[in-house]
Amino acid sequence: MATVAQTVPVRARSFFRNLRAGDQIAYLITFLFAASVVLVTTVLVFELWQKSELSIQRFGFAFLRTTTWDPVNDEFGALPFIYGTIVTSVLGLAISVPLGVGAAIFLSELAPPKTSNTLTFLVELLAAVPSVIFGLLAIFALVPLMRLYVQPALIKAFGWSPFFKGPTYGVGVLTASIVLAVMMFPYIISISREALIQVPREQREAALALGATRWEATWDAVVPFARLGIVGSIFLSLARALGETMAVTMVIGNDPRISASILAPGYTIASVIANEFTEATGDMHLSALVELGLVLFLITIILNGLGQLLLIVTAKPGTAR
Amino acid sequence: MLRLWRSSLNNVMLTLTGVCAVVTASALFLILGYLLWNGGKSLDWNFFTKLPLSPGDLGGGMANAIIGSAKIVALAALLGVPVGFISGVFLAEFSNKGMADFIRYTADLLNGVPSIVIGIFAWTIIVVPMRHFSAWAGGFALSLMVIPVTLRATEQFLTQVPLSLREGALALGASKWKSVATVVIPAARTGVLTGIILGVARVSGETAPLLFTALNNQFWSKGFNEPTASLPVMIYTHAISPYEDWHRQAWAAGLVLLGLVLVANIAARMVLARGAAAQRG
Amino acid sequence: MRSTLLIAAVMAIGFPAAYAADTINAAGATFPAPIYQKWFQEYHTAHADVQINYQSIGSGGGIRQLTEGTVDFGASDMPMTEEQMGKITKFKVLHFPTVLGGVVPTYNIEGVAATLKFTPDALAGIYLGKITKWNDSMIAKENPGVKLPAADITVVHRSDGSGTTFVWSDYLSKVSEEWKSKVGSGTSINWPVGLGGKGNEGVAGQVKQTPNSIGYVELIYAVQNHMSYGEVKNQAGAFVKASFESVSAAAAGAAKNMPADFRVSITNAPGKTTYPISTFTWLLIPDKIENAGKRDAIKAFLKWMMTAGQKDCEGMSYAPLPAAVVAKEEKQIAMVK
Repeated sequence: MATVAQTVPVRARSFFRNLRAGDQIAYLITFLFAASVVLVTTVLVFELWQKSELSIQRFGFAFLRTTTWDPVNDEFGALPFIYGTIVTSVLGLAISVPLGVGAAIFLSELAPPKTSNTLTFLVELLAAVPSVIFGLLAIFALVPLMRLYVQPALIKAFGWSPFFKGPTYGVGVLTASIVLAVMMFPYIISISREALIQVPREQREAALALGATRWEATWDAVVPFARLGIVGSIFLSLARALGETMAVTMVIGNDPRISASILAPGYTIASVIANEFTEATGDMHLSALVELGLVLFLITIILNGLGQLLLIVTAKPGTAR
Repeated sequence: MLRLWRSSLNNVMLTLTGVCAVVTASALFLILGYLLWNGGKSLDWNFFTKLPLSPGDLGGGMANAIIGSAKIVALAALLGVPVGFISGVFLAEFSNKGMADFIRYTADLLNGVPSIVIGIFAWTIIVVPMRHFSAWAGGFALSLMVIPVTLRATEQFLTQVPLSLREGALALGASKWKSVATVVIPAARTGVLTGIILGVARVSGETAPLLFTALNNQFWSKGFNEPTASLPVMIYTHAISPYEDWHRQAWAAGLVLLGLVLVANIAARMVLARGAAAQRG
Repeated sequence: MRSTLLIAAVMAIGFPAAYAADTINAAGATFPAPIYQKWFQEYHTAHADVQINYQSIGSGGGIRQLTEGTVDFGASDMPMTEEQMGKITKFKVLHFPTVLGGVVPTYNIEGVAATLKFTPDALAGIYLGKITKWNDSMIAKENPGVKLPAADITVVHRSDGSGTTFVWSDYLSKVSEEWKSKVGSGTSINWPVGLGGKGNEGVAGQVKQTPNSIGYVELIYAVQNHMSYGEVKNQAGAFVKASFESVSAAAAGAAKNMPADFRVSITNAPGKTTYPISTFTWLLIPDKIENAGKRDAIKAFLKWMMTAGQKDCEGMSYAPLPAAVVAKEEKQIAMVK
């Protein structure tokens, strides 16, 4: 005969057992989903690697330094595309960073809060604009501008140097860089502004107390503190710019050649894949294109990793010396 | 003398940075302005209702691209959001630190894959075995881009739910999963929803992953098994063509696409702001 | 609630009647794309249950997608090589010539509205990068009345795998030893100079928007876009402008010597009135099509194309198939099972 005092623990035990089972099921389900994310990423990297096997076997590391891209004779070298990708992105940074950091400084330090929030909102919306729309505007608005006014002016002023030679195509490396610069604004501004806001107020106030002008307080006391965060934003924007496909493909001129002149057409990794992938009739051609994709992926991983690292370091208070 | 130099430098630099801010913020207005002007001229009823015609024949539209984009994006959301969300729940609530770091790193890796490479992957594992281009492949490719964004947003907002709420639920006798499902997730729902909307809006504008997955289509695509037209791909092919009429339509499509994306973004941000204010106040 | 309605609506549109026949998917050359798209639209209007979705992604694309099996048939201006055909194990590829066209040198030169005369050496020199200015003697001496500017020539070529490129480079290989040894012919080649445009459309677009440029496109693209295109000196020494008549003249000779599988190149054909850069273009049809509905639709379309469809050619500046070729082709339709 079970007393109440005995049945309660029995009921409680089975109740708790069910509870644990429920938790375990929840754990299992959520774990499976998370594992699937890891699985799909692994399969992605594996597929990329496998499909590039043919090209890797054939060309080895020479792939990275050869310049010939000859589908007729199955000779493939990645250098012109690596060059084009890096040059357009770096040039884009050269345009975007001064403007972006300047804007971030203004928005975090010097602007009244309401203006700052509104302008930041507008800049961040820029990140939502699809790449193909940038490309659309670039073809019809930017390219004629470059061809008719900007490029001739640059040639007139700097034509003696090897960087500004050649016919005024309108399209080319410089045009692509300008488009990339505009696409990078929101990332540089948003992240740098966050980094600057996190700098403790005492820094600024101490400088002002010592008699610095507002600019001096900002530039000499606050900005160096946020240095790592700003650099982190640069790495992250660079990683994005490297993978940009549509906007760049539409204005870079599609010429796999390395020229010193930034007015010349060029080619990036993403663009050549977009143009040639559906049509690569040879297996070697296809494999070379996938290998290019793999190279791009690896460069992006490294840059993203560095950028994230820098941001994590700055998030810790009292750092950035 | 030095003081004059320093104060002029001060004024110059303040103005310069202000100019930087105005220039960068105005980029958005320039883009919108151009699209409104050129796209607005070209937007007509035909655009929304007719199929594309061969170049030279006027009066065509992009009705199939609008529906096609809707289908592909809906598929991407249906595939990507649950995976990203539930994985985010795992990360925030159930996993230990080591696993969480690893999964987060993997999600960041996936996020960093260039969109064209995602296209290659989707082509390899869906288009080739299926032996045709399809909306499935396009939706799959885009879902790969939705997953990391959703995962991060879910994790971020779930971890922000205050400890007091969780402990309250547990103290009342709820099991772990019950407290997560009935208390923590609803508390974070505004933020998570915002992240999802932003992520889906972003992929709706992506072109590169669709180039070799959904390809394109002159006609209506039946079901999800056929090549499907989409707004971004149409904009691309029409913009690089030599036909004036196609250029016109590219502008109109650009306006529609940008309009949708911006509306989604602004709405999401407003929801987030209001949600955050409600939580604070 | 609203979102479920929205999803339901999308699904409803996405899964309409399975009653209509499947869409037939095809992809390939941009060269004949204008007339193909007209044909497929016309045919669909006449036969509402047949939908042929043609994507012009370049001849290379057509060949590749056919090899992968992702399209029902392909289209190319370059006949498939033995190697390419050998890669396909599931079926044999049958080449069906559809129309003839000409590849023209189209240009956009400031202040020049006249039709320029080009010798084969001039074209080879421009595309090899040896002739860099418009007022170079090799161009000027054939065009005495025209005031050519001393401007740099912007060369435009294809960035994608193109049958049009094949025809152009095949012609240049036949007329220039230097081109043949340095570059060769193919759908994707190692261009010595120039910008790349995607598709015939892209090249036309680029030339139209870039002053002092030259590109090669199918005749219809230059005509539809009101662009200037030049005369080319043929084997007999006459300067001929591409047209319905001059391209047909090139075909006339070919009909007699047409091989059984229809794979032939007619660039630099003999004859006083022939246009030297002419070509057939082909539909690449598998000889085994499993889906009976698709197979019958494709065969019916092919028959229509060779007979009724040919009347669209003249209006679009393509040349129709010679009667002798059509007779042989009709027999080949039977080989599609």
